[in-house]
This record gives sequence, C-alpha cells and structure tokens, in this order.
Amino acid sequence: MKVLILIGNVPDTTTKVKFNASRTAFDTAGVQWIINPWDELALTRALEVKEANAGAIESITVANVGRAETEATLRKALAIGADKAIRIDADPVDAFTVASLLAPHCKEYDLIFAGVEASDYNGNAVGPMLAEMLDIPSIAGVSGFNVENGRPVFTREIDGGSQIVEAPLPVLAIVQKGIAKEPRIPAMRGIMMARTKPLQVVQPAAAEARTRYAAFDLPPAKAACKKFGEEQARELIHALRNEAKVL
Amino acid sequence: MSVIAYIPNQEGIIKKAGFELASYATALAENMGKEAIAVVLGPMAGDELEKLGKYGISKVMHDANPLFAQLDNRASAKALATAAAQAEVVVLAHNNEGKGVAPRLAVRLGAGYVSAVTGLPQSITPFLVNKVVFTGKAIGHAEILTAKKVLTLAYNSFGVHEKPVDVSVEAFDSGCSASDFVLNVQQTQKVTGKVLLSEAEIVVSGGRGMKSPENWKPIEELAELLGAATACSRPVSDEGWRPHSEHVGQTGKIIAPNLYFAFGISGAIQHLGGVSGSKVIVAVNKDPEAPIFEAADYGIVGDALKVLPEFIEAVKELKKG
Repeated sequence: MKVLILIGNVPDTTTKVKFNASRTAFDTAGVQWIINPWDELALTRALEVKEANAGAIESITVANVGRAETEATLRKALAIGADKAIRIDADPVDAFTVASLLAPHCKEYDLIFAGVEASDYNGNAVGPMLAEMLDIPSIAGVSGFNVENGRPVFTREIDGGSQIVEAPLPVLAIVQKGIAKEPRIPAMRGIMMARTKPLQVVQPAAAEARTRYAAFDLPPAKAACKKFGEEQARELIHALRNEAKVL
Repeated sequence: MSVIAYIPNQEGIIKKAGFELASYATALAENMGKEAIAVVLGPMAGDELEKLGKYGISKVMHDANPLFAQLDNRASAKALATAAAQAEVVVLAHNNEGKGVAPRLAVRLGAGYVSAVTGLPQSITPFLVNKVVFTGKAIGHAEILTAKKVLTLAYNSFGVHEKPVDVSVEAFDSGCSASDFVLNVQQTQKVTGKVLLSEAEIVVSGGRGMKSPENWKPIEELAELLGAATACSRPVSDEGWRPHSEHVGQTGKIIAPNLYFAFGISGAIQHLGGVSGSKVIVAVNKDPEAPIFEAADYGIVGDALKVLPEFIEAVKELKKG
C-alpha cells in the first residue's frame, strides 16, 4: 500500500490570533508554524502501522500546497518518518484550489489521509473535495486505523456511536482525534536523515477559488467572571436559573 | 430555485440537529424568497418525515434505499446532487456525515463551500456568512463566489424554531444503485442512554483537577440530573481516564451548549477554543489565576471535588421546586 498524507501548515495552537489593520488577513508576524495537529496524528498512526506490519505499507508520502516557507513543516514530517515529500508551489487560497492542485499528484496512492479540518480556518474540506475529484470513496470521522490481512480497517465515529468499516482501495480517510495517542517527536537521527530524503517541488496547474474571506473579527470581550465562595454552590445554581436563565 | 436541507437521521429517527437544520433552511429560504425543501436518505420510522413540517418544511424528498445507512459519503453526495440540481443553497449538519459529504457535494455542484456557519448570511448578494475560525479565537466573514452554495451549520448556533406548515412527502429516486455503496460496515457500537455531546444544551466537563477517573461519578450524576452530556479536557482523554469522544477543545470536539460546566479545568488556550461558543460558562478551579476564569461567566475558586456534591444537592432542591 502506498500512503499519502495531506499536511497542513498552520499556526501553533497557542498563537494569539491577530489580523491586519483592515481586518482582511491573518497577521503572520512572529507566528510559529506547525503540522496541522490531525495530519500529524495521521502520520504517526501510519508510521506505527508500517512498523508493526512488515510490508503492509510500502511508503509514506506527505504533500502540501504552499510556498517555500512551508518546507520546514514538510521537513519535520520527513524527520518524524515520512519517506518523501511533495510541495505544490502555490498559495493555498481556498479549499477548492488546494484540492484541485493536489488532485493530479494523488492518483498513484492507495490510501490517502486528510485531517478532519485545519486548525486555522477550520474548513474540513480539502480531503473530501480531493476524494470527489479522484472519484474514490471517503470515510469520515476516522478515529482508528489498522491493516488486517493486507486490508485497511477503520474505526469511525458516527452520531450516537462508532463503527468498524472496511473499504476497497483506493480510499481517502478523514482523520480525527483518537487515531494516534501522541504525535511523534523527531529524533536526532530522523532530523539528519530528513535532509537527504526527497522533497519534490512541483509547479501548480490553474485553479480558481470559490470562496474568500471578506473580513475577520475578534470575538467580543467578555464581562468579568462573577465569583462565588466555595460554600455558595446553591447561590450560583440559583443565579444560573434566575439571572442567566440557562437552567 | 430552492434551499435544500439534508436532514441527518439516526436509524430512521430525526434528532434535534435535524430540526435545527430545518429551521435554518426555512429562515434562509424566506430571506431569499425561495422554497425550503428537505432531503432524507435511508429508511425512516413512522411519521418522522411529517415532523419536518412543524419547522417550515413544505416538501420532503425521500429516497428510502436502506444502503444509505452505510453512510457512504460518495453515494450520499451523488444522491444529494440529484436532489439539488435546481437548488441555490444546500445546507447540511456539521456532524461527521455532513463534514464528509458537503465538500464532495460542492465539487459535484460546482458550488462554493463554507463549513460550520454560525447564523444566517449577513447578505445574500454578495453571499456573506459568518463562521468560527482559529477554533473560536476569531470570526471569519466568508464569501461564496459561485452561484450555488453549500453550507454546514454549526450545532446549537441557530436553535430550533417552530413554524408549522402543510408538508408533502415525496419518494424520489436519487439514482444510486447497489454498486454505488462500497463501504463495508462490519460492526456498530452504540452509545446508549447518553446525551449526544455535540448537540447537548448543557455539558458537564472535568479536567485534571478531578484527580482520578474514579472521581467522575459526581460529574455523571450532575449531568444526569441536568439532562446534560459529559465531556473532558485533553489531558484527561490522553491519560485514558475518559474516551476520546468526550474530549472538547481545539483538537477534540468544538461545542456550543447553552451552559458549560468546567470542573478542575485550568483553561489552556486550546481548550477555550473548543468551548468559547458556549453561551454561559461556569468554572470551578482551585487556582484563582487559572485562565478559565477569564472565559467564565460564573465561577468558584475552590476544590471541584468538594463543590460538585453541593451543586448536585442544589440542583435536586431546584428540581423539587
């Protein structure tokens, strides 16, 4: 099985979010960039399965759409253990353009992982759009992955429960929390090896955006917390009923 | 032209999120001067479909093919594309099914897609709608540039609004045959007797300050008394004290209940991202400097394990009237 993992390059999850003066774009000054958390978990799980089942996974490739500055994120994925990386040299304008630019480079893979969403614009669209463009099945809400008798088996979360699901290849899995416990930290050996692993830069085809952001706002400031003493649980519960009217 | 709502069902039953979606589609259609139509896939129980009329849906298109219960995203997108050939907007729930199907449908329809919208559009031309970005740390005004639009609606963001109309239920052939369904569901495990976290109006959540998984009893008791769902912070699910499905926060579930109780949760920025859409937040934490108090509306600086039984007693008294 040849595995492809879509890698989002996103601001560190502790980033204090700011926008430019006209509120039309995210202010990237001083921002640390990381692998989108769910993509990183998918990579971790793919590596665990590759190591545990000799021959089940032939190779793991990571891919993203981004300019040269996103290569640090791809190199980190290589340092964690991916075999090769592809960067499509374009700005990720919207989910539709990203999926369109990725599609021509995804046809040789048996299994594609996409994180459920990106932690910046929370779009949850690139993976399923790509699956539609490739006309392959997709499985949403994947929280577990294994290979049994050479076939991939997924656990997915549905409203009110979970299911074990098998799918024919090729298939795209939309991955969420649970697929792996902790993301891997690159070891020194991995970092050294990553320098020699192939990182292929490809020129983008044309793709037209279907959405854009007209503006951004920060959420309105909250009123101060109304504090009660440790012995005043009853008073607090009464305030929830009579003042906040939520009980 | 019309506004189409794809109403999710759980084994033939429509849950609150489905009625919220119907309410949203009705209001959106009214704003646009269009008709609100519901599409339902898979076998349905009794008079479930007629219930949609209570929320302003005048026409329901129903393909009862039992294979839709497999939740095969590709087949569902194909079926919805058939139903939505004449639609201007299609709205889906922001659950795992909706997240998996909506982007595929957008590709099929040549439509722009915005996920997890939090209300009706600010304007129809241009089509501008708000959504949460940076996991609750900001609000984005997203514009769809295409004639057709696909949206998912964030849970609990619009509410359920009654607007009874006469409803007609019509069988429709989505054009999906057995060969369109390729997923093989081997096993289903149901969570029974619990309120679904994503659509709960009240959520009772615990963090590391609860000290051990054995201490979760009062959290469950309070949740049961309030008809609430239980949740937890990331360290708690990472430690295996609670299942991953209960983790709320940036990498877990993003929720927006009316009332969120945080017991022993310090409120890391990633946690707040996942719960900041809650209307009222109540925090109980030993540390007066914990960031959760900056996000909370009500709070007690104290030991969650001591305060919880007091809350339970107070709620019991309240219930007695």
